Amino acid sequence: MPGKSRAQRIVIVGASLAGLWGAATLRKEGFDGVLTIIGDENDPPYDRPPLTKQVLTGWVAPDHTVLPHLEPLGDTRWLLGTPAAHLDRRAGEVVLADGTRVPYDLVLIATGVRNRPWPVDEQATLGGVCGVRTRGDAARLIGHLEAGVSRVVVIGAGFTGSEVASACRHRGIDVTVVEQAQAPLTGALGGVVGDVAANLHTTNGVDLRCGVTVDALEGSGGTFRAAALSDGTTVDADVAVVALGGMRNTEWLADSGLASGPLGVAADAGCRAVAVNGLVTDDVFVAGDVARFAHPLFDYQFLTLEHWENAVVGAQVAARNMICAPEDRRPHACVPTFWSTQFGVNIKSVGVPSLADQIIVTQGSTGAGSFAAAYGDCDGRIVGAVTFDHGRWIDHYRGLIERAAALPEPYDADLPDKPEPARFPPHPAATYHGPTVVVTGHSPTRMDAVRLPDGRSARDY
Amino acid sequence: MRVVVDLAVCQGYAQCAFLAPDAFRLNGTEGLMYQPNPSGDLRRAVLRAVAACPVQAISTDAAVPAATDASVPAARAGDAR
Repeated sequence: MPGKSRAQRIVIVGASLAGLWGAATLRKEGFDGVLTIIGDENDPPYDRPPLTKQVLTGWVAPDHTVLPHLEPLGDTRWLLGTPAAHLDRRAGEVVLADGTRVPYDLVLIATGVRNRPWPVDEQATLGGVCGVRTRGDAARLIGHLEAGVSRVVVIGAGFTGSEVASACRHRGIDVTVVEQAQAPLTGALGGVVGDVAANLHTTNGVDLRCGVTVDALEGSGGTFRAAALSDGTTVDADVAVVALGGMRNTEWLADSGLASGPLGVAADAGCRAVAVNGLVTDDVFVAGDVARFAHPLFDYQFLTLEHWENAVVGAQVAARNMICAPEDRRPHACVPTFWSTQFGVNIKSVGVPSLADQIIVTQGSTGAGSFAAAYGDCDGRIVGAVTFDHGRWIDHYRGLIERAAALPEPYDADLPDKPEPARFPPHPAATYHGPTVVVTGHSPTRMDAVRLPDGRSARDY
Repeated sequence: MRVVVDLAVCQGYAQCAFLAPDAFRLNGTEGLMYQPNPSGDLRRAVLRAVAACPVQAISTDAAVPAATDASVPAARAGDAR
């Protein structure tokens, strides 16, 4: 279709950061048709990063992180409180859990992730067992903290778990952090930086238990009392915070014919969804935490990034590509950026450190907990960087990554001039599809690929 | 009013924390904490902070026409049809 898209009905599924920014961008770029935003939570779009920081420390109320509308959204229809249940691409409709059918010309999928629950139901429902993903989660956790607790046990020392531990210490609450890896933040930043993070925990009074897992959450009278660890020890506590990462909200797409699954919804670099047969769609776009997109800067690997910046920029790129002329479409190619504040230290990263083999400290001192480090791949190219209280340097490293530069040497004279292994844990093998995808047809030019529904055999096709 | 700071852009210059200390503060030497929904009496101070930010990392809905409020979400999907 030449020129501007003539789409009249755009539906955004997901009413959080990416959904709101997508809507604002559509209006800013001139879309004046019918815009519908569907969200499973009852709340208007709110910001989540503050929940584990200024909200959990008590400075900001849990319901005071509502996101601003930076563009007039005009006549926008909000369908909140009911999740989407199906995407019927043949009919061009989003079907909600209550059966409501919402027709679309173009749809933007921005359903994000939810907290990975504690795997044992009867333990997960004990009083005092919490997650931190929604404002409701944060309010419940604060309720526990303010009721007076003897100890909090945090399960998982990624960024969320570390920030929760930091907020507990800020409140003067004893906290035990249990992490499967040898140090906090190891999955995102590797073992070298993980050791620095571990030091941050322990010097701030956290009881850090690494290299162990939680075997069971024990309770009495329906209330959590203790966590049994894999090393045979038990941690008595009143609150358990489950911070085991997220699960991508893709189940509602199972029968949509899109290449979606536990790893996300596959998309091209321009945020267009990929179908099960590997073909790019032209009317379904994806943005935010749920998008698994090919990144031109990282060998076209499919990346999912649960970063604030990725949701904002991905939604802006997707929304613009939805309504601009096809030849004007742009890739979502910005270098990933991430931040965290914990124990009074500002942590920033750019690029994708977890793709690296090696790391070199380039500025400052890891011993002092204030430094910058660059990550390199096996060819010696810089693929990421991290700063602890060196945030003003992050743009410098971003520039190096954008230019695919060589891993830099240290800028401070007293630092070792050779990189060392970054010590990332091996990536766990993850299956992309729950059900199997099979190729059908006999003539090479008439073949297709389909996803088998549960319980069906390939012989049925 | 509603405020959002792009913390990927923020470099911790702390001009906002000087001009609107009830809405912006530093946690440590460069980590910014802020009130996403500051009360109305902080409006003037927040807008001064927005203007003074050296990297223009702070956005608010102050300049967005009030008509936007017409699109406040409905509580339920019942009016979908």
